[in-house]
Amino acid sequence: MNWTLALPEIVLACCGMAILLIGVLQKRDTFHLCSMLTVGAFLITAELVVSGSPGLGYNGLFTVDTFSTFVKLLVLVAATLGVILSLDYNEHANLRRFEFPVLMLYSTVGMLVMASASNLMSLYLGLELQSLSIYVLAAFARDELRSSEAGLKYFVLGSLASGLLLYGVSLVYGFSGTMEFARLAQALSNPAHVSPGLTVGVVFVIAGLAFKISAVPFHMWTPDVYEGAPTPVTAFLSTAPKVAAIALLMRVMATPFGHLLVQWQQVIILVSILSMLLGALGAIGQRNIKRLMAYSSIGHMGYALIGLAAGSEAGLRGVLIYMLTYVFMSAGTFACILAMRRRGRMLEQISDLAGLSRTDPGLALAFAIFMFSMAGIPPFTGFFGKYFIFTSAVQSGLWTLAVIGVLTSVVGAFYYIRIIKVIYFDAGGAEFDHCPASLSVVAAAGALFTTFFFVLPAPFIAAADAAAKALLL
Amino acid sequence: MLFAVAVFAPLFGSAIAGLFGKAIGDRAAQAVSILCMLLASACGVTAFVQLVYLGGSPGVVSLGTWVQAGSFHVDWALRYDALSAVMVAMVTTVATLIHIYSLGYMSHDATRWRFFSYLSLFSFAMLMLVTGDNLLQLFFGWEGVGLASYLLIGYWYDRPAACAAAIKAFLVNRIGDLGFALGIALVFFTFGSIDLSTIFAGVPQHQADTYTLFGTSWRAYEVIGTLLFIGAMGKSAQLGLHVWLPDAMEGPTPVSALIHAATMVTAGVFLMARFSPVMEYAPYALAFVTFIGASTALFAATVGCVQNDIKRVIAYSTCSQLGYMFIAAGVGAYQASMFHLLTHAFFKALLFLAAGSVIHAMSDEQDIRRMGGIWKKIPITYGVFWVGSLALAGIYPFAGFYSKDAILEAAYAAHTGIGTYGFWCGLIAAFLTAFYSWRLIILTFHGKPRADAHTMAHVHESPAVMTIPLILLAVGATVTGFTFYEPLTGPNWTQFWGHSIQLAAGNNVLETLHHVPDWVELSPSLVGIAGILLAYLYYVAAPRLPVLVAGHFPPVYRFLLNKWYFDELYDAVLVRPSFALARVLWKVGDATIIDGVPNGLAALTAGGSAQVVKLQTGSIAVYAFAMLIGVVVLSLLVLLLLVVR
Repeated sequence: MNWTLALPEIVLACCGMAILLIGVLQKRDTFHLCSMLTVGAFLITAELVVSGSPGLGYNGLFTVDTFSTFVKLLVLVAATLGVILSLDYNEHANLRRFEFPVLMLYSTVGMLVMASASNLMSLYLGLELQSLSIYVLAAFARDELRSSEAGLKYFVLGSLASGLLLYGVSLVYGFSGTMEFARLAQALSNPAHVSPGLTVGVVFVIAGLAFKISAVPFHMWTPDVYEGAPTPVTAFLSTAPKVAAIALLMRVMATPFGHLLVQWQQVIILVSILSMLLGALGAIGQRNIKRLMAYSSIGHMGYALIGLAAGSEAGLRGVLIYMLTYVFMSAGTFACILAMRRRGRMLEQISDLAGLSRTDPGLALAFAIFMFSMAGIPPFTGFFGKYFIFTSAVQSGLWTLAVIGVLTSVVGAFYYIRIIKVIYFDAGGAEFDHCPASLSVVAAAGALFTTFFFVLPAPFIAAADAAAKALLL
Repeated sequence: MLFAVAVFAPLFGSAIAGLFGKAIGDRAAQAVSILCMLLASACGVTAFVQLVYLGGSPGVVSLGTWVQAGSFHVDWALRYDALSAVMVAMVTTVATLIHIYSLGYMSHDATRWRFFSYLSLFSFAMLMLVTGDNLLQLFFGWEGVGLASYLLIGYWYDRPAACAAAIKAFLVNRIGDLGFALGIALVFFTFGSIDLSTIFAGVPQHQADTYTLFGTSWRAYEVIGTLLFIGAMGKSAQLGLHVWLPDAMEGPTPVSALIHAATMVTAGVFLMARFSPVMEYAPYALAFVTFIGASTALFAATVGCVQNDIKRVIAYSTCSQLGYMFIAAGVGAYQASMFHLLTHAFFKALLFLAAGSVIHAMSDEQDIRRMGGIWKKIPITYGVFWVGSLALAGIYPFAGFYSKDAILEAAYAAHTGIGTYGFWCGLIAAFLTAFYSWRLIILTFHGKPRADAHTMAHVHESPAVMTIPLILLAVGATVTGFTFYEPLTGPNWTQFWGHSIQLAAGNNVLETLHHVPDWVELSPSLVGIAGILLAYLYYVAAPRLPVLVAGHFPPVYRFLLNKWYFDELYDAVLVRPSFALARVLWKVGDATIIDGVPNGLAALTAGGSAQVVKLQTGSIAVYAFAMLIGVVVLSLLVLLLLVVR
């Protein structure tokens, strides 16, 4: 048995325990120290992920391939950005507790397991580890009603989703006799002999995972939780778990259920269309920027699902590129949102951004870059993400999806660009508080990646290509 | 090299005057543009003399590649042959004289640098037109003169009438330009090139080519010829597309002399001569050319008889003379048409500038009913006006006598139905031409003064800077006839023209025109003299007669006075419906549909947004219910699809 396959996860989990020990044993405030250690642990893990060799281990529970490597690195980058984003906010919001980064760390361990899962059981384990940590994080501001409510809501609905997933898993197991991806693929190689019960099981599995990526109609928690949870948690929630969950969905759909494409394709198409429509329509009326980001993320997941619905290598590659661009856009946007503080009070209304171009041109520019990118305007990354997705849909003959995608991104462009209009053309309010270095770093990193991706996209596209190939083998 | 200098010196002058005119002042701008024009005319005339008299060889001055796209290749190149050389010499000479004349005429204007810049720009565009070695460059010059003419007609942009006239000239020309552009496209389609040498070399191979239009096949040459002629009709103000020319008299008088007498309006005639190798094989198109030319000659002459604006009379006379040139081109006597173009450039520029001198003397009065009795006060102007009118009426030995005779004889000698039509129209027009020319002279200069005393007290001869160009043009209007008659239209015309004009094998109209019956040779002079006598009878001997005649035939008089109601017809048939259509497109098409669809969609989206947000109640039970419903619906969808398959 090749246990070193899971070395990154093992090391990260051990680091987590060590950091927890440090936090508990030290009498003084260790939030900052633990956060930094967590970032260090992520870096070590990333190094281990890069140097790890591919293979299948733990009796088929755990696999390492180019796909898992790509996803893990992206998750680690997103988680690192998430930890950095939380530093300043937690100082001010009286949330400076060392458990915060540790919870993020364990959630990340769960995501890494999800990326490598090659059995429905390990899939479920990783998913639950990830989710449970986030339930706690969402309710982390426990003295605040909104945060507690968000945590509870997320937990209750998440449990329901887990239930659906488990029910689906049991159906699949019951009708096929195995939970291992490779064997499932073998057993289902002839779609004609697949019983309807198993297909229903697949739908339940999709439902459970769709909840995690907040795809319609399993999205309803998203606006409430995004708004209620502390903003750094929202930032984290909108990046790393999304990547892990959609990666998991891709692996499950492409590897064990790949032969059933014709059967689940319609489900993904429907979910994708609904997500795009709802994401576009729901965001228009929003005044709270966190709620707006919730709908925006629903829409983005709808676009990403187009690539999955295509089912082709180009489509899967498109999803990975889309998630890559999305992580940087989203983390950058949240860095900007976290910088919206006036005299120590956090602001969340879009109208609070008025006049930002005069009081803080740098932040205004970063905001504008992210909004243009989200709207899919070249040369920003958001355009390339949409470009690869839409081309793959057209290549697979999914014209309807591509057309609806283009139309909803027109609607989306309205509310993204309206924010730019508020920033640049509306009469201004007072200055924001000084933007802390941690946020500036994330915003600048996100903006640079978003703006200059088009200069050298080849290595990223090549990596995504290799990852997508690994799934379809 | 000289040739290129002749073409580009005006551009240089125009750029300096136009770009830096404000900075360097009017005097410097005028000096630069006039010096450039002098240089251009010196080079132009030298190049002409070298080619035609000193045995220079024709060629192409290549300036570089313009367009290179697949098999479509266009160069910037100047074609140097007799046709372009004679045009360059004529254009630069006349334009230089007009530049100098403008010094005096425009001396009270506020933005003279602008005027001189436009004038030089126009000269450059015209030179590009006549030297173009391919159709695209020719078209570049063609559009350039259109633009410059728009700028010059509307030079006094604070006068609504001038702006309207400028727009009208531009729009009417565009109709012709469309024909020309289509013609170029069809040339490329037929010959695979728009290079003149390639086209002319390929003429024998494509004789039988046809072009299918509206379900019927036409010979490609006929279609090309007709399309090019439609372009020529626009530029040369032929019947149907002539309406812009009289209105263009809103521009300053030197503009009328340069553009609407000597150069731009002759571009169409030049085009016919330039394309003679192709036109020769398009007999139906040629017949059409003669028909339109003859009709225009007659039509414009009749209208000219009743106009009261001194410049409009000359404008209609221009229209009419251009008709003559097309008559000649249509019967295959391109040499005669070019000859008339040359002589006409001199005597018509002369007439316009002399009219300008009269207007100048009369304190900007243009109505001949308020003139008279001034011939003693402006003797030079009066004298040159006589010279110009004699040349126009075709009286021996002035220039018009030779060229007009050549045209009418050619029309007769063609011995075709359409040629005969051209001959008779031309002959009647010649009579009318002489009549209205002397009507103009008598009403303008003779009789009792009809202007008020204040104006009459100010009548004075123009300064030397205006009269010297007039005298030089008068010399030109006298000598160009007998000097160029033999070399241009004589039996040895090939010595002069070289290969720039090519005739079909059976075309010997130029030989036969020297052997027409005596009465044909004499008749143009006779009707000219008759016209003069009639004018004398009408306006000197029995001045009550014209009123009587007009009173007896009021419909005829009104018909002529209103220029055959062309403007009213176009207004009713084209302009008003266009406005109505535009209004419908604006109100219904744009405001209602094009604006309405996005606005409606936006409203729909906003409504949808409100509905979507309403679903978000905050209740966990509702959320959970939605998830369960979702799972059920998705499962049903999958099962349904399984059943369907």
